Amino acid sequence: MTDPTGGAFESARDSALAEVMAPDPPAPGSRRSLNWSRRRKSAGEVWREFWASGQGKAGLIILVVFVAMALLAPLITSSEGLKVTNALGNKQNAPPSWEFPFGTDNDGRSVLTLFVWGARISLFVGIAATLVAIFIGSFVGIIAGYAGGRTEGVLMRVTEWFLVIPFLPLAIVLASVLSRSLSTIILVIGITSWPGTARLLRAQVLSVKERTFVERARALGAGHGRIVGRHVLPSVLPLVFANLTLTVPIAILSETTLAFLGLGDPLRVSWGQTLGASFAAGATSIGAWWYYLPPGLGIVAVVLAFTLCGRALEEVLNPNLRQR
Amino acid sequence: MNTRYVLRRVGAASLSLIFVLALNFVLFRMVKSDPVGSLFRGRNVSQGAKDRLRAEFGLDKSMPEQFIAYVKQTAQGNLGISYSTRQPVSDEIASKIWPTVLLVGSATILSAIIGVFAGIRAAWRRNSAFDRGSTGASMFTYAIPDFYLGILLLAFFAFWLAWLPTGGMETAGGGGFVDTGKHLILPCAALAISYFGEYTIIMRSSLLEVLGEDYLITARAKGLRDALVRKRHAVPNAILPVITLFALNLGFVLSGAIAVETVFSWPGLGQATQDALKGPDYPMLQGLFLLFSSAIILTNLVTDVVYGYLDPRVSTP
Repeated sequence: MTDPTGGAFESARDSALAEVMAPDPPAPGSRRSLNWSRRRKSAGEVWREFWASGQGKAGLIILVVFVAMALLAPLITSSEGLKVTNALGNKQNAPPSWEFPFGTDNDGRSVLTLFVWGARISLFVGIAATLVAIFIGSFVGIIAGYAGGRTEGVLMRVTEWFLVIPFLPLAIVLASVLSRSLSTIILVIGITSWPGTARLLRAQVLSVKERTFVERARALGAGHGRIVGRHVLPSVLPLVFANLTLTVPIAILSETTLAFLGLGDPLRVSWGQTLGASFAAGATSIGAWWYYLPPGLGIVAVVLAFTLCGRALEEVLNPNLRQR
Repeated sequence: MNTRYVLRRVGAASLSLIFVLALNFVLFRMVKSDPVGSLFRGRNVSQGAKDRLRAEFGLDKSMPEQFIAYVKQTAQGNLGISYSTRQPVSDEIASKIWPTVLLVGSATILSAIIGVFAGIRAAWRRNSAFDRGSTGASMFTYAIPDFYLGILLLAFFAFWLAWLPTGGMETAGGGGFVDTGKHLILPCAALAISYFGEYTIIMRSSLLEVLGEDYLITARAKGLRDALVRKRHAVPNAILPVITLFALNLGFVLSGAIAVETVFSWPGLGQATQDALKGPDYPMLQGLFLLFSSAIILTNLVTDVVYGYLDPRVSTP
């Protein structure tokens, strides 16, 4: 739906609402607690709507299961099982059995161990890279939207450049010139996936900064730091959060592809790395399905779960989407 | 059409291109390793021969000199010499473009066709079993990495059922149209299945938006059959976002199948990227990155200009 007034109606309505709803100045000290209780109440509402939507509930349950598995990995299997030297006595490429529920890989290691410990790295890289991307994206987006003028022009031009560059080739180039480690992968995915967030936040900040409460803060003599920190940031935070749940699955998919191509940390087992190893070892041609199915299905489940959560959250926060 | 609009778009595209060139230059100069040294690691080569080779690769000059030389060379179509094959990078790349265009191009067209029809059907019969099924399928295919889909198809159809070839573009010693077609089926299917969900979702939501418009009520009030309302009035007005998506995806035709080509040993640019990584063959990687990025910059420019032509509202400030 294109808005012919360019959102002017919305911002006029919002500022009118803000004026009507602005409470009389309460006694000092109570204002903050009032703010908090209001925020807690609206967070509760968001949560109830989120849980009521089938996809949000399904996504969250899958996620909790996988995160629990990743966190409790040391209790499920010992990390000693990841070492090739400890698996010398085991049968190689053995199908699932009582001893090895997911079979063994071409080094005789238990695929279950690889799966459980791989979840840790895949989830960790996905979340850490997203945090990097969200941080850069929010920083650029908020500064561009708030500052306006030439700063905005330059920042948005740079954002556009990063949007134009194909993600995977840039990630490959970066990963090939930097040393291969976990932090490289996180950094590479982070600096290649921030532009979307930056654009989204800039648009949001542009509308927020015109609202009356920001104007009021400015009139009361608040500095830029305070306005951004206390007024702009809190009102764009829900959006950042919804964006986060939709960026994590992309980051996890990116890690999988990079690790599959052999650009991951060679010393850490992740799902993508296991997939690459299984392919290199010819698991596809010898029919060792137990080797390549678990990590792949793990990725599909986690990505699907994050996407379900993100969509549910987006629908709750943005009622315009609910009709579709 | 507005000339200033076209010039502005061309200017922006040139700036993007310069950014890519600078990035390409800086990133590869960050590498500390000495390519000439690693080329002859373990072999007994005289210092003089090494120095001559360094001079040949232009590695003995200062950074700004190297950058200017790099831009000048690139403008002349000279992308350097591949470390691994000692052939010009541009020749290496040129021989690998067509397999990739064949694979990703056919997959892009196929996925757009399937996606558009699925999206139309889903929106027209909203909340039907088909709608829910296709939306679910779109989300599911989004969650599967394309190369993993390739591995699954490869394991099932090529190795287990042995219906289709397991990789490459043609049978050794054979070849021909039908043979290449057989080799194309699995990688093309893997890509098309990963791509079509996007088109389904965009087509569906765009059509749903149009469905509430007055002119559709008018069309129905005139007594037009359902199929005619859809074909003549609804779909033409809802197809624009799909065309945008298609145009944007055309930019990714060259770089879209790096991992899938690796899985199927498809002799294209993706496979070349993977091979160049092993060295690493930096001039080759540099050339490929430049090609992938400029393909996107160029398609975006063409799309923008064509849009300005089709829809004058876009080009008038």
